[in-house]
Amino acid sequence: MVNQIFFYLFAVIILIGAVFTITTRNAVHSAIFLIMTLVGVAGLYLHLFAEFLAAVQIILYVGGIMVLFLFVIMLVNLDQADVQPRFSRHWKIGAASVAVLLGELAYLYFGRSAAPFAPPMMPPVPLGNTEWVGVVLYQRYMMPFEIASILLLVAMVGAVVMAKKRI
Amino acid sequence: MSTGIPLSHYLFLSTALLSIGVLGVLTRRNMVIILMAIELILNAVNINLVAFSRYLSHVDGQVFAIFIITDAAAEVAVGLGIIIALFRNKETVNVDEVDLLKW
Repeated sequence: MVNQIFFYLFAVIILIGAVFTITTRNAVHSAIFLIMTLVGVAGLYLHLFAEFLAAVQIILYVGGIMVLFLFVIMLVNLDQADVQPRFSRHWKIGAASVAVLLGELAYLYFGRSAAPFAPPMMPPVPLGNTEWVGVVLYQRYMMPFEIASILLLVAMVGAVVMAKKRI
Repeated sequence: MSTGIPLSHYLFLSTALLSIGVLGVLTRRNMVIILMAIELILNAVNINLVAFSRYLSHVDGQVFAIFIITDAAAEVAVGLGIIIALFRNKETVNVDEVDLLKW
């Protein structure tokens, strides 16, 4: 019962934040609502017994990426955006595409028989979540982990080169 | 101890979040907000991965979610660098005013 309450609470937080992220006029307000969504997703991770991922979500998304967003909003001064139209002229085509996407997914969900996955009965393993993730990440996914570090290095150099005035 | 919530509810939530994100990417003019909508899409994917990881009692989904968060960080860094470079050259961040490659 408590689980259901928490799930629906987080779901409502996530969806309200997402809707206001893409509809508010002011970009700073969008960023604040996006933070609301990200915190809701972190709560959902806790609800799913993924504590490590919840901490990573808060530290990396809310602490890192959103600060980057706010800095860029500050740098590209958007005062004139308050009087311009928010949506592009082709918003009807976009809305129609999303309606088609939703229709397809709804067909996939409801076109099948009952949901194949029952709720799990046990907390997954005796090992703690962080240890478990670490063991799998550093053994089976060692190579992708190293490649991800190279990707981050390339992105860091690329961002500096891109934002620099004169190389 | 049961969570009492069928997996399909997580999938519905994830679908809704994905659709809102796609709607934001397709309809907004401000490039910064389009990047934020891409973050919404990536979070929808992560919810799916973590929910399946829980319901299959398999931690690989969470490891994939960590990789996706890494990619999101890289993508945002490069994307915001591009936005700054564009703003310096064209004095705008609206996607429909940047049509240099349009014939």
